[in-house]
Parts: sequence; structure tokens; C-alpha cells
Amino acid sequence: MAVGTLAPPDVAAAQAREPVAERSRVWRKFVRNPAAITGALILLVVVGAAVAAPWVAPHSPARQSLIRRFTPPVWAAGGHSAHWLGTDQVGRDILSRIIHGARISLIVGVAAVAVSLVVGVALGLLSGFVGGRVDVVVMTVVDVTLSFPQLLLALAFVAALGPSMVTIIVVLGLTGWERYARVVRAEVLALREKDFVEAARAMGVTSTRIVMRHVLPNTFSSIIVMSTLQVAQAILQEAALSFLGVGSGTAYPTWGQMIALGRDFVSIAWWLPTFPGLAILATVLAINLVGDRLRDALDPRVT
Amino acid sequence: MTALVIRRVIRLVVVLAGVSLVTFAILQVSGDPVALMMPEAPESDRAVLRETMGFNEPLPVQFVKFLGSTARGDFGNSFFHRAPAMPLVLERMPTTLLLTSLALLIAVVVAVPVGIYSAVRRGSLVDQTATLAVFLGQSMPVFWTGIMLILLFAVQWRLLPVSGWDSWAALVLPAITLGTFSAPLFLRIVRSSMLEVIGLDYVRTARAKGVSEWFVICRHALVNAALPLVTVIGLQFGLLLGGAIVTETVFAVPGVGRLIVGAIRQLDFPIVQAAVFLFASIIVLVNFTVDLLYLYLNPQIRVR
Repeated sequence: MAVGTLAPPDVAAAQAREPVAERSRVWRKFVRNPAAITGALILLVVVGAAVAAPWVAPHSPARQSLIRRFTPPVWAAGGHSAHWLGTDQVGRDILSRIIHGARISLIVGVAAVAVSLVVGVALGLLSGFVGGRVDVVVMTVVDVTLSFPQLLLALAFVAALGPSMVTIIVVLGLTGWERYARVVRAEVLALREKDFVEAARAMGVTSTRIVMRHVLPNTFSSIIVMSTLQVAQAILQEAALSFLGVGSGTAYPTWGQMIALGRDFVSIAWWLPTFPGLAILATVLAINLVGDRLRDALDPRVT
Repeated sequence: MTALVIRRVIRLVVVLAGVSLVTFAILQVSGDPVALMMPEAPESDRAVLRETMGFNEPLPVQFVKFLGSTARGDFGNSFFHRAPAMPLVLERMPTTLLLTSLALLIAVVVAVPVGIYSAVRRGSLVDQTATLAVFLGQSMPVFWTGIMLILLFAVQWRLLPVSGWDSWAALVLPAITLGTFSAPLFLRIVRSSMLEVIGLDYVRTARAKGVSEWFVICRHALVNAALPLVTVIGLQFGLLLGGAIVTETVFAVPGVGRLIVGAIRQLDFPIVQAAVFLFASIIVLVNFTVDLLYLYLNPQIRVR
């Protein structure tokens, strides 16, 4: 590192500081936005509720009570202070079921996106670096995947494989990876021609190292933004699957399944489908607000 | 231009083959299809059926046979209805297409004017409200939107029927529900592509010439902003069909979506396969058409 010592010390120090300055700039841009802060706070509440569900839920989500069937929310006529959001057709506490339902939504949402991320990044790198026939095959698979309505494909395979949470995660993950593959591939193709990558290659740097040092860091911000917004989509998809009756295959409450049951009683108990839907709306909206603001904050062109 | 079209056609055929492979896989991963077809039969009878239906042959051979029957539109008999699967699906297709077309129409009719106005009067109250509505719309599960509309218009105000498909009044709520599913995205696209175009030199020149504001917007800006919208409508069509499945379930609309959901609960895979293949083919063809339209609409490619 003889060359390094020749550089004026303040320049070297400035370069070392840069990532920190960059991070704080992104942070400042993010916190300046009240919508993003609201989103982050809602998200914090939902995650907290999911983690601490057994302790914060006022009742057990499965406990039935025939004398308290169809209790309206506490502020409506006939409401009961023990059941803030009322009870369902077998007297189960809606609020407690919503709190427990947050677990399934968040786990499936995050895990499905993790599957998409791993598969998409791997295939995107492969496609971009190897090129040629491999690239054609991967891109054809992308085209084929995009030809199906994601929900329909997920429905068909979850039904064929038998409903379980793992099946839902894998199926949603394997139907949502193509965005990652395309972004990573485009980045590889753009970088492959750059002088510094060629220089690195000429110096004998291995492909793995080029990927780790140059390609992946350049895709980080778009991958973070995409993943955030994809979690929101995955939560909506999971809710739709549960609503259609191919849920996790367990008795554990999910928001989609609560809405499906509430659909049948919509004319006598409006609170049954309304509150679980509001939970989905709040969670997905919060994630979308955060993701949207992250996109702007991470984009150096927007100030 | 011709070379480009030929390339698109080749891709179309390859993608359709891929679509058949995925459709083929649905039945394969379900385990033993024969057990589903004759759940109470003894193992000896099942073995006979397995032999006659060709389930003992190697997978590639089965797939080639499947490709052949797919090309003829033959997906076997529905386990439940005991009738050929594809006609059962096709029979319900007009209902689903009517629903999706109405929804698309509603979405475009709402999104285009509001999107243009938002872009032209950026930061106005309308623009801010529209931005908020886009966020809300994109975060609402479509089935819940439908149930909330039922709650308001059918239960509370008794203006429209709760479900069914037997009168024009019954179409209103499902079409609006599915429309709210697409409108936010369309609105965002129209707004952002209008914003991009409005600042460009030729729009400024037109304004400077003294051409009226709305003529500039419609004649110069909108024509160019239409291209992204056409692309998105094509790409979005799959999502829309997915939304139709859910919407039909909420409103008990007798379309393909409701058939699929019923078939999935009964593990009636020929129906599921026929519907999956049909939907995917429609999406592939819509995108193919959009691609060709794009080639035609984009003068940079057209002259070549």
C-alpha cells in the first residue's frame, strides 16, 4: 500500500468518512417525511403485536363463548368492555385474533420475499455473468413466470402440494423472484463493460470477488426498496390465499381467513370482516409508505 | 421490422411451451392423480387406470403427450363434473371477460383524467388527494374492498344486490371492486408519464406558440403519455385476472374464477389445469399484442 501513503491524509480521511455521510444523508431524507415516520410507527406496533401476541392479546384467540356470540365493538350499542372490537360467530375475541394473525402475515411476507431474493439474485448473477445460452434460458423462465397470474399459480400449487405455511412461503417466493433477477442481471451487464471491472479482472481478481465488491453493493438500494414493497405484496397475496380457503392449513387465525368467515355474516355483524381488513390495510399501507420514502431517500438524484 | 416480428413470434411459441410445462407440473406435484380420481377404488383397479391413462410412462413421454392434447385443448375430464374440463372453463369465460373489461374501463375512465389533472396542477388539493388515494388503493386487499362496498351499498343503503350476476345492477359492485384494484397503478403511471412529457421542449414550444392549454395537453402530451399506459395495461392483465378470481368469489359471480376456487377445494385438477393454461395463454397473447402495438406506435422502430 505504498501508493496510499502518498495521498494527502485529509483526502484519505474524507474517503473513509464518506459511507457515514451517505448513511446520515439517507437517514435525514427519510425522517424529514411525516408519512414515512407514520408508516414506520405503524409497522413498529404491528411487529410488536406479532412478537408479543400471547402477552398483549386480551384473550386466547381460540376461546369460544356461546353467550357472547356477535358482541359488537365496545362503542356500539350492546358492546362489552372485555371485547374492544367485538366477537365473532362463536364468541371469539376479534382483537385477540387480529393480534395473533399478525404473526402469520409477517412471517409469510418476510420469508416469501427472502426466498424470492435468494433465487432472484442468484439467477440474475448467473444470467448476467455467464451470458449466452444460460442467459436465454433464465430470461425465458422469467417470461414464463410472468405469464401466470401470480395468485392463480400460487392457488394451484398450494392446493396440489397441500396447504401449509412452508408451501405458501415457497410458492409465493418462487413466483416473485423475477424482479430481482432482472435488476441484478441489468447491473451485471452494465458493470461488465466498465473500466474498473475490466481492470480488476485484468489484475486477476476472481469473479466471486468482483460480484461481492462491485456488483452486489451497486444493487443494494434497489434491492432494499424492492424487498420492502414486495413484502407488502406478499402479505396481500397470503391474505388472498387464506381468504380463498387455501391458507396455512392450521387453526391459527389469519387475517384473510377472518375476512372470509366475516363475509358470510356481513349483513348482521359488520365488524367481523371490517377490522381484520383494516389490519391488513394499515400494515400494507405502512410498508408501502416506508418503501416509497426509502426509494426517494436512497436515490441520490432526488433531494 | 419483419425480423423483430419473427423474433416475437418465436418467443411466443417458446413461452407457450414453458406455460404448458408449468401446467403439466401442477398435476405431477399433487402426488397420485389416480387416487384423486377414484378415491374409494381398490389398488388393483387404480393400477389398471394408471396403465390406461399412461401415468406409468416416463415423465418426458407423458409431457410430450400432454403437449399434444394441450394443443387440441384437451385437459381430460373434470373429476367432479364428469365432463371435459376445457369446455366447462370456456363456458364461464364470457362472464369473467365482461367483469374484467368493465373493471378496466372504470379504471381507465377514472385514472386518465385524474392523472392528467394531477400532473398539470401538481401539488394542488386534487393532486394530493389522488396521491393519498393511490396509496390507500394499493394497500387494500381487493376482497375486503368488495365486502366493504357490499356493507355500504347493499346492506346499509340497500341500493344494489349483495351478490349474483342476473341483472345489470348486480354487475356494478363487482366491476367497481375490481376497478379500484387497477385504477391506482394506472393513475400513477399517467401522472408520472405526463409529468415527464410536460416539461419537454416541444410541449413548451407548443405553449409558446399560443396553442390553448388543453389542446397542448391532449394533442401533444397525452399521445406520448399513452404509450406507458398501454404497456402497463398489458403487463397488468395477469394481476387483473388474479383479482377477478377473488372478486368473483366475494360476489358469487358465476365466472372462471369461482369455478377455479371450487375446483381447488375439490382437488379437481383438470379444471385447474385448463383454467391456468387458458389464463396464461391469454396473458401471453395480450402481451404479444401489446409488444406488436408498441413496435407500431413507436416511430423510432417503425421506420426501420
